[in-house]
Amino acid sequence: MSASLATVSYIGATILFILSLGGLSNQETSRRGNLYGMIGMAIAVLATVFGPKVGSAGYVWIVCAMVVGASIGLYAARTVQMTQMPELVALMHSMVGLAAMLVGFATFIDPEAAKEFTGAAKSIHEMEIYIGILIGAITFSGSIIAFGKLSGRIGGNPMLLPGRHWMNLAGLLVVIWFGREFLHADSIASAMTPVIVMTAIALLFGIHMVMAIGGADMPVVVSMLNSYSGWAAAATGFMLSNDLLIVIGALVGSSGAILSYIMCNAMNRSFISVIAGGFGTASAAPKPAGGAAEPVGEVVAVNAAETAELLREAKSVIIVPGYGMAVAQAQHTVYEITKHLREKGVNVRFGIHPVAGRMPGHMNVLLAEAKVPYDIVMEMDELNDDFPATDVAIVIGANDIVNPGAQDDPTSPIAGMPVLEVWKAKTSIVMKRSMASGYAGVDNPLFYKENNRMLFGDAKKMLDEVLVVLKT
Amino acid sequence: MPLMIGVPREIFPGEKRVATVPEVVEKLIKLGFTIAVESGAGDPANFSDDTYHAAGAEVIAGAANLWNAADIVFKVRGPSAEEVALMHEGQTLVSFIWPAQNPELIQQLAERKVTVLAIDALPRTLSRAQKMDALTSQAGVAGYRAVIEAANAFGRFFNGQITAAGKVQPAKVFIAGAGVAGLAAIGTAASLGAIVRANDTRAEVADQVVSLGGEFVKVEYEEEGSGGGGYAKVMSEGFQQAQRAMYAKQAKEVDIIITTALIPGRPAPKLITAEMVASMKPGSVIVDMAAEQGGNCELTEPGLAVVKHGVTIVGYTDLVSRLAKQSSTLYSTNLFRLTEELCKTKDGIIDVNMEDDAIRGLTVVKEGNISWPPPAPKLAAAPAAKPAATAMPVAKKAHGHGAPSEPMAGNKLAIMFGVAAALFWFVGANAPEAFLAHFTVFVLACFVGYMVVWNVKPALHTPLMSVTNAISSIIAIGALVQIAPPLTGVVVGRPDDWIRWLAAAGIVLTAINMFGGFAVTQRMLAMFRK
Repeated sequence: MSASLATVSYIGATILFILSLGGLSNQETSRRGNLYGMIGMAIAVLATVFGPKVGSAGYVWIVCAMVVGASIGLYAARTVQMTQMPELVALMHSMVGLAAMLVGFATFIDPEAAKEFTGAAKSIHEMEIYIGILIGAITFSGSIIAFGKLSGRIGGNPMLLPGRHWMNLAGLLVVIWFGREFLHADSIASAMTPVIVMTAIALLFGIHMVMAIGGADMPVVVSMLNSYSGWAAAATGFMLSNDLLIVIGALVGSSGAILSYIMCNAMNRSFISVIAGGFGTASAAPKPAGGAAEPVGEVVAVNAAETAELLREAKSVIIVPGYGMAVAQAQHTVYEITKHLREKGVNVRFGIHPVAGRMPGHMNVLLAEAKVPYDIVMEMDELNDDFPATDVAIVIGANDIVNPGAQDDPTSPIAGMPVLEVWKAKTSIVMKRSMASGYAGVDNPLFYKENNRMLFGDAKKMLDEVLVVLKT
Repeated sequence: MPLMIGVPREIFPGEKRVATVPEVVEKLIKLGFTIAVESGAGDPANFSDDTYHAAGAEVIAGAANLWNAADIVFKVRGPSAEEVALMHEGQTLVSFIWPAQNPELIQQLAERKVTVLAIDALPRTLSRAQKMDALTSQAGVAGYRAVIEAANAFGRFFNGQITAAGKVQPAKVFIAGAGVAGLAAIGTAASLGAIVRANDTRAEVADQVVSLGGEFVKVEYEEEGSGGGGYAKVMSEGFQQAQRAMYAKQAKEVDIIITTALIPGRPAPKLITAEMVASMKPGSVIVDMAAEQGGNCELTEPGLAVVKHGVTIVGYTDLVSRLAKQSSTLYSTNLFRLTEELCKTKDGIIDVNMEDDAIRGLTVVKEGNISWPPPAPKLAAAPAAKPAATAMPVAKKAHGHGAPSEPMAGNKLAIMFGVAAALFWFVGANAPEAFLAHFTVFVLACFVGYMVVWNVKPALHTPLMSVTNAISSIIAIGALVQIAPPLTGVVVGRPDDWIRWLAAAGIVLTAINMFGGFAVTQRMLAMFRK
């Protein structure tokens, strides 16, 4: 295949990738979007393999590596549970980061790669390598930590080191200093030390950044790492002078950034503080003593039978799922109850907060897995005005996203965050394991409202009981 | 100085209700008012003077004394001429008035320089006003009682039974008009075990009929019968013909007909003709709840139960009074809710706030000035205007979420453009041309990504992320070109093995990502269904 033909194939692949992302913005076209993505990827890989830059000596290597990777990937995709999606996505981000790092190193130690560059072009090329490895390393270690946190291998609480901003700043200065050293090094051997030191710092920085973030902010972190993995690909593209990599990297990077921005808005956080990393301290930190007003009133607990009774009498029900539903794997029971109520003519809908769960759109995926039709799954803004006309609002394992304090209490750490106004329903039922506060560490005045009932226990077990009572 | 609420005895013949019951007296006192009740006012509804006294009310003998002492008068029926004469300037009256039908009464009341709140003039479509809706509460009582009267006059069971003495067919009940009274009648008849059918010119009530256990009988004619404000309107001739045919058919089939059809400000429509009555089975019953407005049946005699063609036609006009204790309790609760609205400060002083839609609608005379009818547009526009008003904050909240964000503040935008310009200048001044070509591609691709992803639905965030993740394994190309570049000859000092292993590891990692990412996205998307 000639170089021109390979380039044309790259253009085709680029168009297919753009169509793929565009298709993913709507349920109707999403499957086609995914297909476009696959075709685009196939074209890009084949065009490269049979293009002018790969000698026939590499075919065996490529085929072996591809087969190994593909079988691991397909196995993981087949066996992963939908509740584990956030972990899987984080783990995959780490692989992109690691791959970017490895490709960066390979380019760095290859004298052939730099021989055509001189002067400013050479400096830029070296800068590209340096930055490519940097971003790759941050993405890799950050994603690994995110994976650990999401899968519960590492505690969800933020780890806050004293003076951590200064540490980050110092790290940055060291990286810049060694960058200078790196540019001025006259041989690969002498440039090796700066690169190794920089990589170590970048890895530590990635770990540090994600460790400092609380579990509730994970949707932002995951989409942010998604963005980083795109930038890593783009940096690799610059390094190899490959436009396809640049375009796709930029596409993924900017789409991830926008997704994080949307998540930030949903949590009323500033975008800048997220991109800079190490955000979320204000809300993740324990509540300052006497900062927010203590909610007053009594908590009224109900049992499953009473809940079923409330549901049976309701004409209109809104279900607000949260991470607790994912943990308890209760989505199938939720759908059984939904189906039962809908057959009885009850108007059941789902209210999804943009940051419910641990990943953007996490709840939607779980409900879709349980076969809940997506036209009764509503966004927060579509539904918030309907609560006053709703008989029962059930909150399943969610806390901060239904906290009225975000609206009423300006001193609350989550003040100003848009929330689902479940307390405006005639009755709200909150299913929770205990009275513990959510990830933001804020007490929830909702629990003390007059029209609120608490159903304590494991969401799945409780809902099973509710279903049994409903069916009798 | 807290105001005194006076509750006189109802003097209308046959009226057994009382405007305030002892239970509500206590609640009114909590709002800061003092209460006076005319001696004997509660007797017909089985509330003795003693119970009022025990609840904290003063019991005053003689209507004249009571009217004289009270600042606010709670009544059920509109005042008679004598009662109007007892009123004094500045007094407030709350009762049924029917201002449309009684213009002279309004005139007389205005001359007395009083304030009159007509509980029947409440804007019923305001959801906030429902707790004060006495028409609804009283109609519900009447609907219930109508079924009881029908059962009383009907010679059989309502429910079907299979007994040792043989099989009993369930009674068939047809209810004309599914307003509040009609719906109450449907519920009551259904709970007694009868087969209930109902019809209404407003098609939207069909669901409500079904929900109460009735069956909705449609008129085979296309016309919408909603006349605004939750009432029915007069229908076209074609529709009425089709309706008559339907009624004639039902009359032959059913045992009991309960009619509730009323059109505000007009005589009740004649739905059941003499022939239809004649076609009914002997022993059947018709309860005409519209008897007071002339009746829905041609043979109705208001106030009486008569037997014609073997069919008992009940035309009682006092159905509500026949359940006086219940209807009084509900009515007085309605008045209490109204009082709460009038006295938000809970200090025993009322404020007739004409800015409040509900109160504005109720007030037919304000300090001697006739304020009826209320300005119509405000009422009709209220439900329509509501969504528009709420749409504003929603749109604002939605920012950054599917919809384009609000325009940035001007100076912020200027700073951003400034920074961008400086950056571009720096790049342009220092970078060689080859780099700039890539840089162009990079910047444009960022924008394409932004445009493409901006409108993604939140439900698809996860699939989008896993697909972008899969796509970012395009980095495989970087590894591919390194694994075995077609080099010319052996390059000295090139660590071939190192590069090859690094690249191979890169390919494995990206392949995991590539195949895994697309496969898991496919799996997720397959689950989304309508």
